Amino acid sequence: MPNCVSNKDFFDYLRLFYQSAVFAGMNTLTAPRKSWPTRQPVAFLILAAIVWLGLYNTLIPASEALVALLPLERDSHMGGALQFFFYDTPKVLLLLTAVVFVMGMVNSYFTPERTRALLAGRSEGVANVMAASLGIVTPFCSCSAVPLFIGFVQAGVPLGVTFSFLISAPMVNEVALTLLFGMFGWKVALLYLGLGLSVAIVAGWIIGRLKMEAHLEDWVRDMPKMSADFEATSMTLGERIEGGFHAVKEIVGKVWPYILVGIALGGLIHGYVPEDFMANFMGRDAWWSVPLAVVMGVPMYTNAAGVIPIVQALLAKGAALGTVLAFMMSVIALSLPEMIILRKVLKVRLIATFVGVVSAGILLVGFVFNAVL
Amino acid sequence: MDIKVLGTGCANCKATIALIDQIAQAKGVTVTLTKVEELRDIMGYGVMSTPGVVINGKVVHAGGVPSRDKIEQWLAA
Repeated sequence: MPNCVSNKDFFDYLRLFYQSAVFAGMNTLTAPRKSWPTRQPVAFLILAAIVWLGLYNTLIPASEALVALLPLERDSHMGGALQFFFYDTPKVLLLLTAVVFVMGMVNSYFTPERTRALLAGRSEGVANVMAASLGIVTPFCSCSAVPLFIGFVQAGVPLGVTFSFLISAPMVNEVALTLLFGMFGWKVALLYLGLGLSVAIVAGWIIGRLKMEAHLEDWVRDMPKMSADFEATSMTLGERIEGGFHAVKEIVGKVWPYILVGIALGGLIHGYVPEDFMANFMGRDAWWSVPLAVVMGVPMYTNAAGVIPIVQALLAKGAALGTVLAFMMSVIALSLPEMIILRKVLKVRLIATFVGVVSAGILLVGFVFNAVL
Repeated sequence: MDIKVLGTGCANCKATIALIDQIAQAKGVTVTLTKVEELRDIMGYGVMSTPGVVINGKVVHAGGVPSRDKIEQWLAA
């Protein structure tokens, strides 16, 4: 899960400021007050679902009405672009809020500790598939990559399986999938899901085959083995709903500017850049476009939401889908900052192997995609 | 009360320290608040997701900024 964006600090300060203001007022109240969604979770969930569906179904008429109020022709280029913007923006935001909320509740079940216990002691193969799939639902922030990595290895999760998880967790997540679904349709989202999982499973499996345990930093190998046991803390539905609210605040609160820019860009450049501007050098006939996209994408660091505006712009201008998805995967899955953090626990050769295997997988995905579609 | 905050220096870790400090001051509880930023030491506590909170040598929280309620409970104990 993408949890480390630069404007994070701003939200933290805002929250601290807000909390201190609330605290000043509530100082005399000792019992923590609970909001009604956590007291009546089932009623809240049903009501929220009804309100959500209602909102979702009024999007088209509302966007048409909004454009009708403006002094321009509905059939003009500008009118069409605005209607698209007024419809698409709330649609994607609504979808994202719902998915992030539900995933926030699900995430509270799949803690890293539980995931580790599920994976420890399993043999490779099946465990790679499990690790990659669990990567989708386990909350994950790239700044936790290293502690997570060591925690897994320490508890006896095989190295290759750990890598399957480490590759899939940031790359295949609910934010990326929802945005792809909302903007480019379910086929693109499903393809991304399938291919992302395949890359994570196969790359992890290969790294496991290469038997590179010796290339962990010495202090990591020397750490005492730990048991993967964990105490499951049971949560009430109300507490899970709180988890959902928290996730929405954290994630949607952070990514909405990227989405706005992405959609606006998609609408605007339709008119102002020639349609096949990109097709010449990022179309499917240019075989070298996929490696170029991966080479450019690997050192870059942004989360799934940050890359969406670029994806939107490239696709709208005739770049091939495989090339664009390869670019997106390499930006999210591999980055220079991550390598630098991983260097604390992995020796250079293992990092190079990791980057090499994953890039090769993404490259293959790009080529296959461009050839098939 | 001896409180350690485990984290490699991300924004959430700083927010955790600030929040604990603020609540402790408001409640008038004296605490010694220390940051543990060295990865090796963090892993020594068996924590997999940061920020984590250790009180008197025991891990009480891991993964994300703890809620105000939780911190108040720790300080009351």
